[in-house]
Amino acid sequence: MAQYAVLIYAYDSAHAPDATPEDLEECTDHADELADSGSMVMAYALTPRDMATSIRASGITDGPFLDSKEVVAGFYVLEAPDLDAALAIARTNPVVREGGGVEVRPVHSGGLVEQAKEPTG
Amino acid sequence: MTDLAAVEEAIAGTHRREWAHVLAATVRVARDLDLAEECVQDAYASALESWVRGGIPNNPAAWLATAARRRAIDAIRRDKALRSRLPLLVEPEEGPGEAEPGDQDGADAGDTLPDGRLRLIFMCCHPALGQAAQVALTLRLVCGVPVPDIARAFLVTESTMGARITRAKKKISTARIPYRMPRPAELPERLPAVLAVIYLLFTTGHTAPSGGSLVRVDLVDRAMYLARMLRELMPGEPEVCGLHALLLVTNARRATRVDDGGRLLRLKDQDRSRWYGTALAEAHDIIVGSLRAAPPGRLLLQAAIASLYAEAPSYEQTDWPQILALYDKLVPVWPSPIVRLNRTVPLAMVAGPEAALAEIENLELDGRLAGYQYLPAVKADLLSRLGRPGEAAIAYRQAFALAFNEAERAFLAGQIADHTLSA
Repeated sequence: MAQYAVLIYAYDSAHAPDATPEDLEECTDHADELADSGSMVMAYALTPRDMATSIRASGITDGPFLDSKEVVAGFYVLEAPDLDAALAIARTNPVVREGGGVEVRPVHSGGLVEQAKEPTG
Repeated sequence: MTDLAAVEEAIAGTHRREWAHVLAATVRVARDLDLAEECVQDAYASALESWVRGGIPNNPAAWLATAARRRAIDAIRRDKALRSRLPLLVEPEEGPGEAEPGDQDGADAGDTLPDGRLRLIFMCCHPALGQAAQVALTLRLVCGVPVPDIARAFLVTESTMGARITRAKKKISTARIPYRMPRPAELPERLPAVLAVIYLLFTTGHTAPSGGSLVRVDLVDRAMYLARMLRELMPGEPEVCGLHALLLVTNARRATRVDDGGRLLRLKDQDRSRWYGTALAEAHDIIVGSLRAAPPGRLLLQAAIASLYAEAPSYEQTDWPQILALYDKLVPVWPSPIVRLNRTVPLAMVAGPEAALAEIENLELDGRLAGYQYLPAVKADLLSRLGRPGEAAIAYRQAFALAFNEAERAFLAGQIADHTLSA
């Protein structure tokens, strides 16, 4: 088995701080499906583009790093025997039907750092 | 001792025809494309001495595959460090029902399996690779063409082509593009890429400039070889049959497209007696056999149209109603304005130039063919046939302004002069 990161590209993330469970229903259902199938290793939903801050040598700016139509709305890591299997899972992401898409990248290394903490505060 | 020349010829022939067989068999053992290629090269090199000494084997491909696989096994045993540091190729486990016939036969029989070549070509044409990489890999791995020759054929430097192929191999192994034949459900998505690569090889060779085109003509032969191989391996796929038939018909007319002075000839002016009859007959049989499969796809319909044009004893005796009927089927499966423009040629013959002109005007309104020289050229011809030389001259001038090929400009200049005089 190999691990693949799936980067979700959408106009924006549905996971706004004040999003209701209904707003997130489709994402959550899909995540549950993948978790149930045992193929998903970890997953992160990111807050919308307005929450993003970028850093370059020239300084700090408001907004996503790339000035493009889509932003990375979230990412997850899945486990699959080969690229075809990974693509078959990744293409079921609802974003593909909604004008966005996903990028699939083989993972080199990594994982959760031990003693990871919930953000507090 | 066997005659050296005979051995060299046998090796060259086997290289050309059986490279894919031998490599596919070796890849399964080596599970590393570079190692497999190296072992196959070595096997071909060792064949020379061995066959001169002991005679040419009955099944040269099996001999080579066995030799190459032994080398791969030895290399793996001797020194694992010799292998590239890339991950091994993924060969998914398949259920017993999917096992290839002959897999159980051990080292000698498993090498000439058609399945191996299909695995190879579908891996080379995987949609996760860019088309330029698909084309280069197919030539390198399936046809065994050396990298410098591939570079020359595509007019790039050897190092550019080498880097392109290396990058593609790296992606295959790192992203784990599997070494397997797509499942039937995946074929509709995967087959078009393979067909497109073969078609691109053919057209790249076919449209080569006449000067220094030797390598490019070779591309045509490689494309013909691949199309035939694919049809033998997938005889039930109508579009695979369509591609082979289309290439056979187009290639049969290769020699007559230009006159002795290198000037382009129109279809109606080509010497039909020089067309390659055997290829046309083979294409005809393929098309008749495949058209029963409903509904016919784009390549099969293109092949059927090209074949009908070619079968007519003269341009005037072309079966225009049948060609028009095929175009009517082609437009829905390939809604390209160029197809609609080509359709106006049989339309004019069947329904008259008036009807064809109306369709040309629709295409002008559509706008997508603005800047395409053949739109005003066809319009000019229709206007001329309708006895409107003044308007024809205007359209010919539009076509002239858009044409960049010298031969075509000369032809159009002549038409402008003729129609301006008679206007």
